[in-house]
Amino acid sequence: MRPLTEAETRAVFEKLGKYIGENIQLLVDRPDGTYCFRLHRDRVYYLSEKLLKLAASVPRDSLIAPGTCFGKFTKSQKFRLSVTALDFLAPYAKYKVWVKPGSEQSFLYGNHVLKSGLGRITENTAQYQGVVVYSMADIPLGFGVAAKSTQECRKVDPLAIVVFHQADVGEYVRNEDTLT
Amino acid sequence: MAAVRVEAVLAAAEEQEAEKRRSITVEKELELEFDLGNLLALDRNPPPAAALRGAGPRREALLQALARDNTQLLMSRLWELPAERAGGAGGPLVARLPEPTFRLPREKPPPRPRPPTRWEQFARLKGIRRRKKTSLVWDEQAKEWRRRWGYRRAGGDPARAWLAEVPAGADPEEDQFARLRREKRERVARNELNRLRNLARAHRAGSAVPAAPLHPTGHQDREELRRVARVARVSTASLGRFQPRLPKEPAEPPSRSGGKKRRFEPLLGNLAAERSRQLELLRDMGSKKPVLDITRAVNKQMRQEEAEAAAHKGKKQSQRGKRGRRQQRPGRSGKKSGARRQQKQQKPAGGGTGG
Repeated sequence: MRPLTEAETRAVFEKLGKYIGENIQLLVDRPDGTYCFRLHRDRVYYLSEKLLKLAASVPRDSLIAPGTCFGKFTKSQKFRLSVTALDFLAPYAKYKVWVKPGSEQSFLYGNHVLKSGLGRITENTAQYQGVVVYSMADIPLGFGVAAKSTQECRKVDPLAIVVFHQADVGEYVRNEDTLT
Repeated sequence: MAAVRVEAVLAAAEEQEAEKRRSITVEKELELEFDLGNLLALDRNPPPAAALRGAGPRREALLQALARDNTQLLMSRLWELPAERAGGAGGPLVARLPEPTFRLPREKPPPRPRPPTRWEQFARLKGIRRRKKTSLVWDEQAKEWRRRWGYRRAGGDPARAWLAEVPAGADPEEDQFARLRREKRERVARNELNRLRNLARAHRAGSAVPAAPLHPTGHQDREELRRVARVARVSTASLGRFQPRLPKEPAEPPSRSGGKKRRFEPLLGNLAAERSRQLELLRDMGSKKPVLDITRAVNKQMRQEEAEAAAHKGKKQSQRGKRGRRQQRPGRSGKKSGARRQQKQQKPAGGGTGG
């Protein structure tokens, strides 16, 4: 386990910023305690200082996951956000997409969101903007990338993809053994 | 039929035996030169032509046969050497090899001369030369020749030093014997320190890049020149921090550990400092975003257009109901006018950022 280097921190913040914008400050600077990011076996974890001190006394080989995993660095040092970060992205999300009940299941199985399944979308979402996907009951289902801006969403035909799937809570069941 | 087969088998076995016996003797045009001390056999016979050309199984087979023959000759020579049983009667047979005659090149580079120590430099300056010391010294008290240092040395007997005079300016209460012992200990320590310093200086001088490659010859390869260029860059008063780079020279980030090992921040270091650093990083990242995003401005304008169009369409219908067709307003809801207005709006915005 080690702290992130400058370059790694920048990569993580850039990725997070695509979904929550300047609200990352609220993750870094919290009123209810000191929280920090640590890297363990190429995965980035978000944990409190108290937990950090406890985890520091566990040998490296035996330590599985300290704190919440936000994502991992791939072999070519690109940061990939994982679904376990959803709990922290959802409250601070800037651009949201609501999915109709009929196509919730499709999204949870890993498919993209089509225009026919789109319930609501935040105004002035740009194309390729990171969005958090909710069900109509305001339950966060996952996150993705907007394939079309809000304007274009209105004009496009019903079978076009409007949100590219990146992660969903169905992965907790599908990829149970690879999530930490 | 069985008898024929048995005969065939026996003939084959005999053929094999003869083959084995034949293979021990090897015919060569020129005798091989042997250096049994190095287990070396030199074959000066020209190899068969097919073994030199091209690749293929024929070549492989020829080369293999050549190697086998030469090894066979070497082995037969080795078996002719005087041998004995190592470790008693039941031990393995060990041949006694003669002295090697073939001079092999050095495995490692010759040792570099060490730099002179501080005393050696001083002595060279002053012109002091070493005087050869005799190994035995006349001991007046014992009236015999004693060695200079070591067991029973001249004047080193501790029982002899039973008196230690208090020197003129010293404190009368001070223990002179203790003082002598302490001073000797200090001298020994200082000597050891200087020896270690000399060693360190020699070691450091040896590992640095010697000055000779710094002068470009025509025969240096790229890696060497790159290394030399790096050394030259760093050899300024500020250690190369303000040296301008050539147009295509890649920027090298300075590594504090000197290129040895990656070092990270401590795990539980100052968390407040880490937080402030991250906030600063966020602020830097945020400030670089462009103030005016053209696409977003365009989208916003289109939205406004559509909203206005929708509002006016509603108004037009209600108005038509009141006043009839006379008051038809020129097409404000058309796409063309919206595009025209958007272009008009965009140009000053573009001009604003450009200017």
